[in-house]
Amino acid sequence: MSRKITLNHLTRIEGHAHLIIDKQAGKIESCRLEVVESPRFFEALLKGRHFSDIAPIVARVCGVCSISHTMASLMATDNALGIEPDPRAKVLRRLLSQGEILQSHLLQLYFMAAPDYLGIPSIFQLLTQRSDLFSRALRLKRTANRICEVVGGRAVHPVTTAIGGFSSLPEASELKQLRQELVDALPDLEATVELFAGFDFPDFSRPAEQVCLEQSGQYPLHANRVISSCGINQSVVQFKASIDEYIVPHSTAKMARTERGHYCVGALARVKNSYGRLSPMAQKVATALQMTPETDNPFHGLKARLIEVIHFVEEAIHAIDDLLLHSFASARATAMPKGGGQGVAAVEAPRGLLFHAYSYDQDGLLETADCIIPTAQNLASIEADIESLLPALLDLPDEQLKQRVETLIRSYDPCLSCSTHQLRVAIK
Amino acid sequence: MKTRIGFFDFTGCEGCQLTVMNLENDLLQVLQLVEVVEFRELMSEEVSEIDIAFIEGSITRRQDRERLQTIRERSKILVALGACADNGGVNLLASNQDVASLRQQVYASDAEHLQTFTPLPLHRVVKVDYRIPGCPIDGQEFLAVMQALLLEREPELPNFAVCVECKLAEYPCSFDYGEICLGPVTRAGCRAICIEGGDRCRGCRGLVDNPRTSPYHKVLEEHGLSVQEILEQYRIFHIGEE
Ligand code: SF4
Ligand code: SF4
Ligand code: SF4
Repeated sequence: MSRKITLNHLTRIEGHAHLIIDKQAGKIESCRLEVVESPRFFEALLKGRHFSDIAPIVARVCGVCSISHTMASLMATDNALGIEPDPRAKVLRRLLSQGEILQSHLLQLYFMAAPDYLGIPSIFQLLTQRSDLFSRALRLKRTANRICEVVGGRAVHPVTTAIGGFSSLPEASELKQLRQELVDALPDLEATVELFAGFDFPDFSRPAEQVCLEQSGQYPLHANRVISSCGINQSVVQFKASIDEYIVPHSTAKMARTERGHYCVGALARVKNSYGRLSPMAQKVATALQMTPETDNPFHGLKARLIEVIHFVEEAIHAIDDLLLHSFASARATAMPKGGGQGVAAVEAPRGLLFHAYSYDQDGLLETADCIIPTAQNLASIEADIESLLPALLDLPDEQLKQRVETLIRSYDPCLSCSTHQLRVAIK
Repeated sequence: MKTRIGFFDFTGCEGCQLTVMNLENDLLQVLQLVEVVEFRELMSEEVSEIDIAFIEGSITRRQDRERLQTIRERSKILVALGACADNGGVNLLASNQDVASLRQQVYASDAEHLQTFTPLPLHRVVKVDYRIPGCPIDGQEFLAVMQALLLEREPELPNFAVCVECKLAEYPCSFDYGEICLGPVTRAGCRAICIEGGDRCRGCRGLVDNPRTSPYHKVLEEHGLSVQEILEQYRIFHIGEE
């Protein structure tokens, strides 16, 4: 008997995906994650555009990750122009990225993942059944949004960011108020840890190569080296050159691998590879969540996100203290060096490594652009995880099986709306 | 019965829906008055009749066209949410390049599953009743439109240029830094947020009605530019007249 289980429009994932599992006589015939978003050809859209317009255009790849795309884009253009931003501009950029990671993680933890563990079908039911959680989630997300508004000028698609730094800086009074809001969020964060520590995470493990940036002395966010759990330590340029992006007939997103095979990026990779750089409070939270850097359980992606939430709130407070003590000037775009320029940069987006690479001609117009998004790097691992998880689930009723698989996919927080490389699939 | 609203998305970045979700407390209050019956990202229960459908994104594929038509049939009021839905937004940046060549540039492949057509704003496919411009939309404007619709009043968009808001706020003019700003021809309503951020206006909210007679096209002339030039050469968002 052949049975086909289709998870259409996986709900509570940002983006559109179909998963088709073909079950035959108790074994998996095929399992494929189909991404059905339509293409937007961003890289081609950028061609011929002036360097000062690239970041605002490319931010529109993804609303949830607009700050990460903006950062990767500006850093790649900084590199092409040979600009080294002021150290305080780097702190402010980091703060802005922290705001986005907090926004994204909190949205995912409370609205996409928590309902799985609470047995609640959607956030609207969360609103009626657990309004306490719902308002706590909104309060926390509000604080994260405030970081983006104060630093970036707007919560989605920042307006103050510029090549070389910022075109407008937050007032000291705004930063002070923001600092207070972050401090005030601590009790809500404590309650969040308590909530997640009570969840029953499935027992499952599948070792995989975990890849993230390496930033000396800091938890990785914007850096020029890449490390992996397999001992890789390369420059961003070298690592990017080793990535093979390919399209598969069944999916609309490009997938990525290196000669070692598929790999994972994201919060779990960062926490595993940079555990020692987490703040003491974040490490305590890791202990409370019973998570160690040795874990190979992809369901722990959730715990890793919560650990990062704690870490980044703490780091944001320190960043503000630093910014309040040191002033610096805002920047305006400068000129392209003679003969044009090339630049590659990588940032840690909420979902993991994001690369942008550009080349500009001597007039500062873009010749080629290339972005590699986190989800492209994770898709193959998600499929491999599902395949390895399924045999244990075969005896479950379809509904429960679906629920388990969805929970697993959501642990990766795949952002399928990253439309850079998305193609369409024939839908069965 | 509460007003039933739905959110749908096509080809966009989900930034407009995210802006709605970021309204937080205001959104909670609105949620008391309406019933969200569909929100593609977050729920799956599908209801047949919808009072107000908010739609994000452009139409790029045949099946999207059909899906949009079905939503239109089920909805009393259809609102275009954001630039992608309203006028094509950034999706139309490459509207002078043909889709096949774009596909080759990005994927080096002509596979059938990569086929699309040039992105269309919603009104090229179905009747659009109201629109909320911007990339992304302005959250407060969304609330104002929603409120008007709930009170069965006509929502209104400002019909003056971004320059008005900019000058009122006394921001330094981008032209004085030698930068080209689309504020003189762009519809206000964003409180000139980009100029506040030290940047210039890239026209994401689309053209003001009658840009050539708006008093602020003089700002352009003072700097030796015509409305035509600014639209042809400095367009980033699809701002031009249809
Ligand atoms: S209008 Fe802008 S913010 Fe809204 S979906 Fe389109 S690209 Fe995203
Ligand atoms: S041209 Fe731009 S910067 Fe100058 S007043 Fe108008 S909106 Fe403001
Ligand atoms: S200033 Fe211009 S580009 Fe910026 S939000 Fe307003 S209309 Fe859009």
